Amino acid sequence: MESFGRESQTIAAISTGLIPSGVGMVRVSGPKAIEIADQVFQTVGQKPLQQRKGYTSAFGHIHDGDEMIDEGVAAVYRAPHSYTGEDVVELCCHGGVYLMERTLRVLLDHGARLAEEGEFTKRAFLNGKLSLDQAESVIGLIQAESAGAARAALAGKDGALKREILSVQKRLTGTAAHLSAWVDYPEEDVEELSPQSLVSEMEGSQKILESLYKKYDTGKMIRKGISTAIVGKPNVGKSTLMNLLSRYERSIVTDIPGTTRDVVEESVLIGGYALRLADTAGLRETEDQVEAIGVQWSRKKMESSDLILAVFDLSRPMDDDDHALLETVEGRTFIAILNKKDAASEADISAGERLIREKASDVLVMSAQTGEGLEQLEQMIPKVLGLNKIDPAAAMIANERQRECVKRALDALAEGIEALRAGITLDAVSVCLEDALSPLMELTGERASDAVIEQVFEQFCVGK
Amino acid sequence: MIGAGHAGVEAALAASRLGAHTILFTISLDGIANMPCNPSIGGTAKGHLVREIDALGGQMGLAADATYLQSRMLNRGKGPAVHSLRVQSDRVQYHIYMKHILEQAPNLTIKQAEVTEIRVDSTNHVSQIVTKLEAVYDVKTVIIATGTYLKGRVYVGEVSYESGPDSMQAATSLSESLRKLGITLRRFKTGTPARARRSSIDFSQLEVQEGDEEIIPFSFMTEGEMKNQVVCHIAYTNEETHRVILANLDRSPLYSGKIEGIGPRYCPSIEDKVVRFSEKPRHQAFVEPMGLDTEEMYLQGLSSSLPLDVQEALYRTIKGFEQIELMRNAYAIEYDCCDPLELKPSLEFKAVTGLYGAGQFNGTSGYEEAAAQGLVAGINAARQVQGKEPVLFPRSGSYIGTLIDDLVTKGCSDPYRMMTSRSEYRLILRQDNADLRMTPIGREIGLVGEERWKRFCQKKQAVEREIKRLKQTTIPLSPELNQMLVSRETSPVTAGTKAVELLRRPQIGYQDIHPFDLLAPKLSKEVWEQAEIEIKYEGYIKKQLTQVEQMKKLEIRLLPEKVDYREISGLRLEAQEKLNKVQPLNLGQASRISGVSPADISVLLIWLEQKKRRNTPEEQENKNGH
Repeated sequence: MESFGRESQTIAAISTGLIPSGVGMVRVSGPKAIEIADQVFQTVGQKPLQQRKGYTSAFGHIHDGDEMIDEGVAAVYRAPHSYTGEDVVELCCHGGVYLMERTLRVLLDHGARLAEEGEFTKRAFLNGKLSLDQAESVIGLIQAESAGAARAALAGKDGALKREILSVQKRLTGTAAHLSAWVDYPEEDVEELSPQSLVSEMEGSQKILESLYKKYDTGKMIRKGISTAIVGKPNVGKSTLMNLLSRYERSIVTDIPGTTRDVVEESVLIGGYALRLADTAGLRETEDQVEAIGVQWSRKKMESSDLILAVFDLSRPMDDDDHALLETVEGRTFIAILNKKDAASEADISAGERLIREKASDVLVMSAQTGEGLEQLEQMIPKVLGLNKIDPAAAMIANERQRECVKRALDALAEGIEALRAGITLDAVSVCLEDALSPLMELTGERASDAVIEQVFEQFCVGK
Repeated sequence: MIGAGHAGVEAALAASRLGAHTILFTISLDGIANMPCNPSIGGTAKGHLVREIDALGGQMGLAADATYLQSRMLNRGKGPAVHSLRVQSDRVQYHIYMKHILEQAPNLTIKQAEVTEIRVDSTNHVSQIVTKLEAVYDVKTVIIATGTYLKGRVYVGEVSYESGPDSMQAATSLSESLRKLGITLRRFKTGTPARARRSSIDFSQLEVQEGDEEIIPFSFMTEGEMKNQVVCHIAYTNEETHRVILANLDRSPLYSGKIEGIGPRYCPSIEDKVVRFSEKPRHQAFVEPMGLDTEEMYLQGLSSSLPLDVQEALYRTIKGFEQIELMRNAYAIEYDCCDPLELKPSLEFKAVTGLYGAGQFNGTSGYEEAAAQGLVAGINAARQVQGKEPVLFPRSGSYIGTLIDDLVTKGCSDPYRMMTSRSEYRLILRQDNADLRMTPIGREIGLVGEERWKRFCQKKQAVEREIKRLKQTTIPLSPELNQMLVSRETSPVTAGTKAVELLRRPQIGYQDIHPFDLLAPKLSKEVWEQAEIEIKYEGYIKKQLTQVEQMKKLEIRLLPEKVDYREISGLRLEAQEKLNKVQPLNLGQASRISGVSPADISVLLIWLEQKKRRNTPEEQENKNGH
């Protein structure tokens, strides 16, 4: 059951609201708050947060594995001297919605659970930090959440997501029931499941869930915009391209004063999709910096983008910088933009195009100056990102909570498949299978073990 | 103690052994610990229960070891969590053994009498019981374990009559008395196949099913070599069998609607199987001896409530059964049982102080499930008399706890059978470590004697020592070692390797590395096997232990007794109703009630905290005042 020990788990949530603002704050609270924050936040001085006292803060980087997400400040509070009365870390990062959500997601991936509505306040109350009369308001919050969840479940009743989750659930329940019947009724002729067939059953479910999981990011691109980096050596026309894109359909260009002091994100609607063009000037991306294309931070910036527009200058021969850029973007989603068509000869164009096409599959010859080729770019972007293949009516994970459930199911499935491959006995595998079922049943509101037993009696002719 | 079936026997023994003056009532002394269905003990998950009963100091394991005919460890190869012991038992010997144990027990009086009434005092506490012959006994606690006797009614085709199991008398009056006490009664149904004469079966047409070469006893106290004394046989139904059944379905009381009782899903009659699984061309049946000094054979898998002539006809369509002679016919039996949601986890009724329920009366089925509840009810009834707190068994610690928690938290809508899949902690609740889990509890309760305790401590230490040793031991590199590894289809090593690392490979067992483990002490199988499992499944075991720890944090948040949950604002209506009915002991139990959401649990948490804070200043005031 999903509520086992929920009170003792470490929770995290964005505490500043999902409105673009200067500074965003993600809060982690619970026994493992500091430990989890340490896996996500690297202080500049390399001294882990766990070695810091309460009421101190440190400047550093928020990262996801090797990839840096943002720089920010971590404030450490130690129990009971915190808002919730538990160990708390508040990670202040840049206030962009995407950055905050990424930061939250990394925390969840490292073992925090998404906080429920009002849960920080609830904990504060339970730990004696709030007065008695505040309890009423806490219950109000929980009620609101509960009602909200019920409404959401109702709305999703005929929804594509629920259908898809149910199909996986049905599959896994069937497999778990089969294993259960096979184990609980050894004397009946319940067909034995071979490890191979179990692996393929579980991989089938894994595939569906994985595609849902992946689509979460694609879906988010549609909802929140495609983060796009424009890169290239100096004077290839990046700024001209940026200006061209910004001018395009001027009326719907919005400025999101992003995160910071420095980064300004510009949202541009192109071909029905919002492109979030990061003018990274503030983060020291100057023309000079681009010369050193291999520089660490620049590569990371590109890696965190959904799309890279790599700009080349057709009017000049390709040089080492261009090759370095091509190498850097290799394996990423990018469009090679061969710019300054208007200033190049036919021979230059075909030579440049031939060269680039050796390394790039999506190549566009255009002129940012005259605007020639802009329409093709508009068509290329959704194609390159696979957005054109997305069926708007298809199942889509709607929020971090659902994503977390799917992630837990995927982890348990991976563990089960690994156990099967290693030749671990099926009793352990069936436990993994039920572990995978539980979070899915959280999404649909049922209980795993009861469902399995129901199925045993429905599907198998067993008895004494 | 009302009833001397498998629940009643364990309850009476436990209570009397704990020093409570106990009277055991049974309608017939010849029905003590009878097996009116399968002549067998154990099976999947049920075998776990028997081992737990034994480890706590119960009797069933010892009785099964003393009277077995054939023994098999089921599910070998499917993983240690689901290994389950099952024996064929000598039905009459089992009864004789248990009856004799009861007769020798201190503090225990055995009476052949039908209890017809239970009386309570003005505080709704049980005070007296009355028998059919109008004898009145003053009592402090009563345990009801009436099995299928309570308002028992047998059905065979169009014929039905009042009866208990195996042609015993039914208990006809007690139901009325229980209703008056406010206990809800329901009708459940079960059934049993025919018994046939051995010489009328052509065994050459059947498959033989042998027992295990090496027999593992149920009881941790049983020693010495054990040998199988009989074999069982397997037969199959065929199209003709199914045709006979379908042609006569209208004469089945189940299908004509005469039986209203709810039958067990896990134990369908042959007509049920044929109807529900019409695509299956054949169903299995087992032929099992009823004892060494009888020619009666039990026909497992062929239970039926069809008329006698149809029973004979359908059995005779089976290959090997052409000339079969039925000695006892198959029948269905309907009986009164309670709604276990009205019970506390101690198995005491919420409505009546001192009144306990156990066994089939609580809505379960199976001798082992009954015995497990009998043991718990016996322990708690005795403790109540002695003014002690009840012993509660958490579901994370045993199948016994899982069984009781399921019953009192979720209830049951058909007879409840234990299955390994009912436990979310099955990798730690294994049959092989039942003693490690339960014997310390039995010791504390007072049911584990010196000898068992001494043996237990020795085994426990030996296992711990061996695990520690294996973690420190390096197996030196040798061509023979690699030869063995390759022959087990696992990769060879390039240097000396820790014994635990080799053991963690699924293909490698303790016995495989034993020849290379030069300093290995000589250990009994139960010790090294335990060490092997603990090492091999360490990762999974740890994961489950973490889940147990998390669950415990909710279990320690106790809910007060007799709360009106309708008065707690913020709880959803469905949750209020369910909570009011179950009256859970703690938040953990509350969270397992279907219809109680995590949000409701949050509300309860805050409500508890509010209550605590409101009470605290008052208490302090009171203290100051005095």
